[in-house]
Amino acid sequence: MLLEVDGLCVNYGHIEAIRDISFGVEEGTVTSLIGANGAGKSTTLKTISGLRKVRAGTITFDGKDITHARPFERVLMGISQSPEGRGCFPGMTVLENLDMGAFVRKDRKSAAYRSDLDRVFDLFPRLKERERQAAGSMSGGEQQMLAIGRALMAKPRLLLLDEPSMGLAPKLIQQIFTIVTEINQQGTTVLLVEQNAAQALKRSDNAHILETGEIVRSGTGHELAGDDSVKAAYLGGDL
Amino acid sequence: MDLGALFGNFNNFLDFTVGGLVIGAIYALVALGYTMVYGVLQLINFAHSEVFMYGTFAVAWTFVLLHGTGDASWSLGRAVPILLVALVAAMLMSAAIALLVERFAYRPLINKNAPKLIALISAIGASFALAEAMGLRDRFAKWFGLDDNLANYVAPNKARDVYSNPVSIQPHGLFHIGGYSVTDVDLVVVVAALVMMFALDIFVRRTKFGRGIRAVAQDPEAAALMGVNSTRVVQVTFLVGGLMAGAAATLYMMKIGSTRQNAGFLLGVKAFTAAVMGGIGNLRGALLGGLLLGVMENWGSAVFGSEWKDVVAFVLLVLILLVRPSGLLGEALGKARA
Ligand SMILES: Nc1ncnc2c1ncn2[C@@H]1O[C@H](COP(=O)(O)OP(=O)(O)OP(=O)(O)O)[C@@H](O)[C@H]1O
Ligand SMILES: [Mg+2]
Repeated sequence: MLLEVDGLCVNYGHIEAIRDISFGVEEGTVTSLIGANGAGKSTTLKTISGLRKVRAGTITFDGKDITHARPFERVLMGISQSPEGRGCFPGMTVLENLDMGAFVRKDRKSAAYRSDLDRVFDLFPRLKERERQAAGSMSGGEQQMLAIGRALMAKPRLLLLDEPSMGLAPKLIQQIFTIVTEINQQGTTVLLVEQNAAQALKRSDNAHILETGEIVRSGTGHELAGDDSVKAAYLGGDL
Repeated sequence: MDLGALFGNFNNFLDFTVGGLVIGAIYALVALGYTMVYGVLQLINFAHSEVFMYGTFAVAWTFVLLHGTGDASWSLGRAVPILLVALVAAMLMSAAIALLVERFAYRPLINKNAPKLIALISAIGASFALAEAMGLRDRFAKWFGLDDNLANYVAPNKARDVYSNPVSIQPHGLFHIGGYSVTDVDLVVVVAALVMMFALDIFVRRTKFGRGIRAVAQDPEAAALMGVNSTRVVQVTFLVGGLMAGAAATLYMMKIGSTRQNAGFLLGVKAFTAAVMGGIGNLRGALLGGLLLGVMENWGSAVFGSEWKDVVAFVLLVLILLVRPSGLLGEALGKARA
């Protein structure tokens, strides 16, 4: 397992946002977390990145206990996140934002870096056009592309994506999912949170369903996509 | 009120203006400390005035140690070697105080996610404690067993009295701008302040660490997700503010020549005003605000009499903020762009 979450509990004051959840992410796979609004998906990702304190349980990455590691230490180990609500740096240009994504990389002058940048621009030609525009003045969808591109620039081993399709036009949503598959095939392990459950399950090796802070179902993407109760609760008219 | 005193004669006008720019350069250097910390933490570091004040003492003590207590009056050239040592001492002293404030008055509160108001109170507390401790330096001198002679160097007569640098630096006029004779001291003050600010600007805009600072200023959580060590960023922010205040303290002692345990208070308030006027969180705003405040003060004292100088300066602050609530150049360290 590249990532192992074991008995994780996270609180906001007295609110128990996450209650005793355990799951693993196998190296080289795509794993999805599916759940209703407020189920605790974003909290789970934030906790894996170290932005939220753990009340109980452990998080292990690549065999090392990172439960109490500082956020930047986790980035150095290879965990990168494209956060919910994008979190672009509004006063920096597109290029500067992408450069921030590569903050921990030591090879920022190299050809490899240049080619990673080109890859992001290939994925999102829009960003290339807007290279010198301040992120704060870009549209919501453009900022979403930027947040994903920025997370890729870190060349992570584990990529956490919190609702990457949010706010994007239908055609772009398709493209985002294609990109997720693509970067996974290039060797990046992905943990994906999505409202767009049908699409996410189709492309996931494994998936877990969160309800009010607990995992209520786990299985392969294929199993859950075909499950009647999952269909009724999360897939709605999608299929 | 005597508008003629200011505007009646162009030479007089230049005299007051240039004089204001010189003192404004010192305000600007201190203002940078307020603005850096605010930009990164959205927090007003009220203890920054003491960071400056400790620097002024470091300068005076350096002269006492290297020259002795005999009063002397030197040209700038003669004082340069000791001044350079004093500059290093003041920068180290102010940086050390700034880091202490960060470590003990802020970090514990930030780690506990305390409201910003609490951190503000903590800063005010740190400010008073530091100022009063300096006022008691005669006691410390005794506790540490300094002999009478040395104790008297550190705290002549009474520790709360004005403490003059034993060496006063005689400025030497170089050239005139209107009615103002620009001296070598003025020139050094302005050039040194501009060089420091320029260096800081480069550091924040052009270096990797500077980008980390800007990232934390714009979005601390996102910065953490990029791998920025935010604790280190906050530390360096305080450190840099301290170094600038130490440099300002050296220039201040060159120009003014004496200090007290409460010397930081008024200068701190003015530097803070300068920061707000230029747009707090904005580095170039601090420069603009500092220079403007220095000039306005001088104009105010020309027109209304010197006892009105602070009234004019602060009324001006209120007026500027009424028209431009976020200051002349707008807020935010991170958002300020080249
Ligand atoms: N900063 C916070 N302070 C207090 N409660 C919070 C905070 N952030 C989240 N919560 C609560 O924790 C629970 C889980 O929130 P979380 O953001 O993880 O949900 P989510 O599954 O990502 O939802 P969504 O699909 O709407 O993004 C919710 O009940 C939410 O109200
Ligand atoms: Mg969420």
